[in-house]
Amino acid sequence: MSCCTPPTLDEMDAVSRLVSARLAAFLRTLRENAFAVGLSEGHDAAALIAAGYADRPSLLRSAFKHLFSARKSDWTKFDGLFDAFWLGKRVRSRSVLSGQAAPTNNPSLKSLQDRALQAGGQTATDQLPSSDEAAGDHAGEGRLEGASRAENLAEVDFRKMADPSQIEEAHAIAARLARTLRTRLTRRDLARRRGYRLDLRRTIRNNISHGGVPFDLVKRRRKEKPLRLVVLLDASGSMSLYTGVFLRFIHGVLDEFREAEAFLFHTQLAHVSDAMKEKDPARALDRLSMMAQGAGGGTRIGASLQTFNRGHAKRVIHSRTCVMIISDGYETGDAALLGREMAALAKRCRRIAWLNPMMAWKGYAPEAAGIKAALPHIDLYAPANTLRSLADLEPYLAKL
Amino acid sequence: MTLSRDQIAARLADAGYIADGELATAVGLMQLLKRALLLEGEAGVGKTSVAQALASVHATELIRLQCYEGLDQSAALYEWNYQRQLLAIQAHRGKDAAEIEDQIFSEKYLLERPLLAAIRQPKPPVLLIDEVDRADEEFEAFLLELLSDFQVSIPELGTIPAISIPHVVLTSNGTRELSDALRRRCLYHYIDYPDVDREARIIMARISGAGASLSLQIARMVESIRKEELRKVPGVAETLDWAAALVGLDIRDLHEAPETVYDTMTCLLKTREDKARMTREVTSRLLAKVA
Repeated sequence: MSCCTPPTLDEMDAVSRLVSARLAAFLRTLRENAFAVGLSEGHDAAALIAAGYADRPSLLRSAFKHLFSARKSDWTKFDGLFDAFWLGKRVRSRSVLSGQAAPTNNPSLKSLQDRALQAGGQTATDQLPSSDEAAGDHAGEGRLEGASRAENLAEVDFRKMADPSQIEEAHAIAARLARTLRTRLTRRDLARRRGYRLDLRRTIRNNISHGGVPFDLVKRRRKEKPLRLVVLLDASGSMSLYTGVFLRFIHGVLDEFREAEAFLFHTQLAHVSDAMKEKDPARALDRLSMMAQGAGGGTRIGASLQTFNRGHAKRVIHSRTCVMIISDGYETGDAALLGREMAALAKRCRRIAWLNPMMAWKGYAPEAAGIKAALPHIDLYAPANTLRSLADLEPYLAKL
Repeated sequence: MTLSRDQIAARLADAGYIADGELATAVGLMQLLKRALLLEGEAGVGKTSVAQALASVHATELIRLQCYEGLDQSAALYEWNYQRQLLAIQAHRGKDAAEIEDQIFSEKYLLERPLLAAIRQPKPPVLLIDEVDRADEEFEAFLLELLSDFQVSIPELGTIPAISIPHVVLTSNGTRELSDALRRRCLYHYIDYPDVDREARIIMARISGAGASLSLQIARMVESIRKEELRKVPGVAETLDWAAALVGLDIRDLHEAPETVYDTMTCLLKTREDKARMTREVTSRLLAKVA
């Protein structure tokens, strides 16, 4: 900038206004892509531009990347977003998501048409604030029970979750489960009363009021970790009848358990805890629908578990974690891989419970290759197809 | 004193830290925006050594706070020296109570812990808060407060303002999800495993006696080992151990001593399963691919 004649004040003002408008638009794009950026980041970004970081695109990109990213997923997709916005390159796959999020967020006429095209003849059920049955039918319509290799690219409507009374029931059941699992914890705590070491420093501090004579002793105690429940829900086509029920349950679990995480899998695995924790249920469902791309298609349980073991297990599983897998076990991928990954998972967590909706059917036997491979590593294998049946699980889960 | 980006890159190299291009930007931003830097990455990619390098870039002291479960204010910030206080009370028995109180709650009886020490240095130090994800969530909230105000209030002594604002580096291993508030307060930098070229340069910079061709061979070998399905993927620290072992055993070329390569593999593989998986056959297959 120093090479040119100094710009007049008016020009500078115009330039800065233009820059800040562009910057604001960029921040909006980032927010749409699930970046947590606020006002202070905007100020800092403007400061960076003023400090000469805008001289070279690569430098500005690198600087913005540090400023706006907050986690690894942000870090990896940032370059693509930056290039798309500032340099006009082709948008990469992740940011395409935002384009589809927009219609979900503001249901304009245009977006409704789009959805109608996507969903084929199912628009009617899509628009209805429908009852559970109707929605269940819509998702399972014309589809045989069983595994399918196809990926379903249409969005699955999870709004059927939004019936208040059913949400309430799901929460009540999750709350009861959470209570059962917690009381067990405290009883154990009591049982182990002896055997802690003395905390000398704290003892002295607490007894200063007695002139330093140690009356009450403070013992070092291990902090007890609360039980954490990690739910992995199969959202493939063969499960479509039950997905709604379990989503309600997961919503309750995330709300009631002190520590819980939720994942959705079909052909890929998605971490949905953040989306489901959204206070406003409508927004939560919007975010979920975005993530559920490909839901209702085939299932690759093994590959999804592999992703889980590699990328998430370290963070979400600790020594007091129960993993709950809700799936019918119809595997379209490699059953041997599923067996291997189940073994790895079993080593890692305290207990694995596998809930299978199919088990409630008369004459069902675990014949699918997937479930056969997984069975040796499961601690609890139980039927579950409605909220009621989940409530019936209480005594079993308490034993875990 | 603010340093330009090129100066930072040069000084990082002088400190023996072979950075990827973007780290210099991050350090520049830390100065400009006065924000802390949050480093994430797999275990053993050199997160902690960034802080060490940063200390030598600024030619200042490194103050380290290792986080662990149950870490509290008294271990992180300050604590009264109770033993000395009790002694003083005994020694001055019979004197005016207020006088004794004034005395035993003076700076002389204050134990500085890392966080307090960091804001009371005449020259801004580098404050490394290592593995912040291991600390409890309450501690994280407390840390946030400190990072925004840079002052500490001690009830008996009053508020202690910062003499200098430290360069704060936080590292996280991802054992727990950090709060959004903390993430937003920080600049973020993700450190990945270095590519072959950079890893070879790291080996040459750190291990004296490691030649260029051997370093490159080691780096290539480690890269292909990382692609194997292992439970514990070897980090840069492991690579350096292995390189040191090979140099110590006077190896010039990996192909000359495949048996030694296999035997010294213990430096890289840290679990029994991984050892079992890297059989002689696998090792020699990988070795053959290393030019």
